[in-house]
Amino acid sequence: MEQINNLISGGAVTDLLFYVFAALTLLCGLLVIANPFSRNPVTSAMFLVLTIISMSGLFLLLHAFFLAAVQILVYAGAVIVLFIFVIMLLDLKEEQRRRIRFFGLFAGLLSVGIVFSIFIKCLSSAKLATEAPANAHDGETYALGKLLFTNYTLPFEIVSVLLLVAMIGVILLSKKKLE
Amino acid sequence: MDFIPQSIQSWYFGLTPDGKMVLWSLVKIAIVIGVVQGIVMYSVLAERKISAWIQDRVGPNRTAPPFVKFIPVLGPFLTRLGIFQPLADGLKFLIKEDFTPAGVKKIYFFLAPALAVIPAMLTVAVIPFGSMIGDQKMVIADLNVGILYTFGIVSMGVYGIVLAGYAANSKYPMFGGIRSSAQMISYEISMGMSIIPVLLIVGKLNLSQIIGWQAANGWLVVYAPVSFIIFMVASFAETNRTPFDLPEAETELVGGYHTEYGSMKFALFFLAEYSNMVSSSAMMVTLFFGGWTLPFWGLDHAATSVGMGIAHVLVFLAKMLFFMVVFIWVRWMFPRFRYDQLMDLGWRRFLPLALVNILATAVWLWLKSAN
Repeated sequence: MEQINNLISGGAVTDLLFYVFAALTLLCGLLVIANPFSRNPVTSAMFLVLTIISMSGLFLLLHAFFLAAVQILVYAGAVIVLFIFVIMLLDLKEEQRRRIRFFGLFAGLLSVGIVFSIFIKCLSSAKLATEAPANAHDGETYALGKLLFTNYTLPFEIVSVLLLVAMIGVILLSKKKLE
Repeated sequence: MDFIPQSIQSWYFGLTPDGKMVLWSLVKIAIVIGVVQGIVMYSVLAERKISAWIQDRVGPNRTAPPFVKFIPVLGPFLTRLGIFQPLADGLKFLIKEDFTPAGVKKIYFFLAPALAVIPAMLTVAVIPFGSMIGDQKMVIADLNVGILYTFGIVSMGVYGIVLAGYAANSKYPMFGGIRSSAQMISYEISMGMSIIPVLLIVGKLNLSQIIGWQAANGWLVVYAPVSFIIFMVASFAETNRTPFDLPEAETELVGGYHTEYGSMKFALFFLAEYSNMVSSSAMMVTLFFGGWTLPFWGLDHAATSVGMGIAHVLVFLAKMLFFMVVFIWVRWMFPRFRYDQLMDLGWRRFLPLALVNILATAVWLWLKSAN
């Protein structure tokens, strides 16, 4: 494990890998929503998988092994499999014929702009550490769990309740259809 | 070390630690992939032989290269065992016509077999198949999140199957693909939940450390038997083996997701299935049966000599092959589940059972720490 940590601690290869993964993330993310070659929803979903995998590559370069593994496990392994499951049950031809609507385009660009400005504000006000904390990545899973259940208990519980609400909502909606 | 030329020796000792690690990792990857392929080849033979014995047949007993019959006693014996059958099978896959049916989605049709094989090969990277030989740890990547890595990679395996079903432009593969995606989700959740008691007991996600804990305290199958049962059943579902081989149920779906595939592309799906069996068996051995350790003959601590290191690898292989045989045996002894039964078992039996198991283990650990 120390050897792997050493291997990705700084150096030209790490920098190069960062640019490769960052470029892949952005490129694949773009191809999810605006693929000039195919309007096929399955292709979009597969590019989403690639985006997530390259993002977990970025996490790896930050020594966040736990986050990288969970990213792949939850998003690439479960969420998008469900997407594909649903896509395969739909009529894809109709989706491929659909035109881009201007209202959708406008709303999309607006929300992207808002998120982007929030990012800029956050990043410009953040104080970047000049040095990586020493040995912060030993037992990171333990440290993460401990922080979640001590300092950040309230946000953690609120997110859990949010998920529960979504779950109950889905059950209610699908029950109503049946009756 | 005298037989190694001076130039290579000086090159090796001149490498940085990073360089040495990369070199040894490449060597280990080559060996592990080779061994896994070998096991896959001969587990296909084992499958045919064991099924033959269960059904009171003989199994493959003819195939042999022409010169073998001139070897007295040994030659006919090996032929009867079917030792040469996998070579003939492999050759057949290679020289068959690589047929692409009309109307398939070309890119996905080519991509799907590769996407099935790659995760199957990647899973073995974190499994410690031995302790030490020389100063090398017998594991390719000793990750601190080894278990999560395996689960993540295994869950990627479903894309190969789903895309194969989608690309084939045919009804039966499509059904196979849809079934597979639903089945994988259902069983992955139970599988993930089933190992949480193991993590609670050991307190580490690193597979080497889990084995170390088992060497000190005894095999985890004793501490978490329910976990083991759920994990084993879920791994049958994850590898698409009977009684959960719904995605390729030949009586209903012709050949399931690989109906339209032939030649080497079909062989890749086959390879993926058996590699998944290998890695599932390896995971069961690592998580529940002490990995490369044995409680006697001093095999329960990291090896100090090369001989002991090799003995550990052999112990691991023996345990793993036992589970491979269980996989094969179950396939020929039990009927296939119906699709609704499979879903019912996954969501309404195993998931609650796994949750109760987590709670019970947590309470037990809490009481133990309170004393």
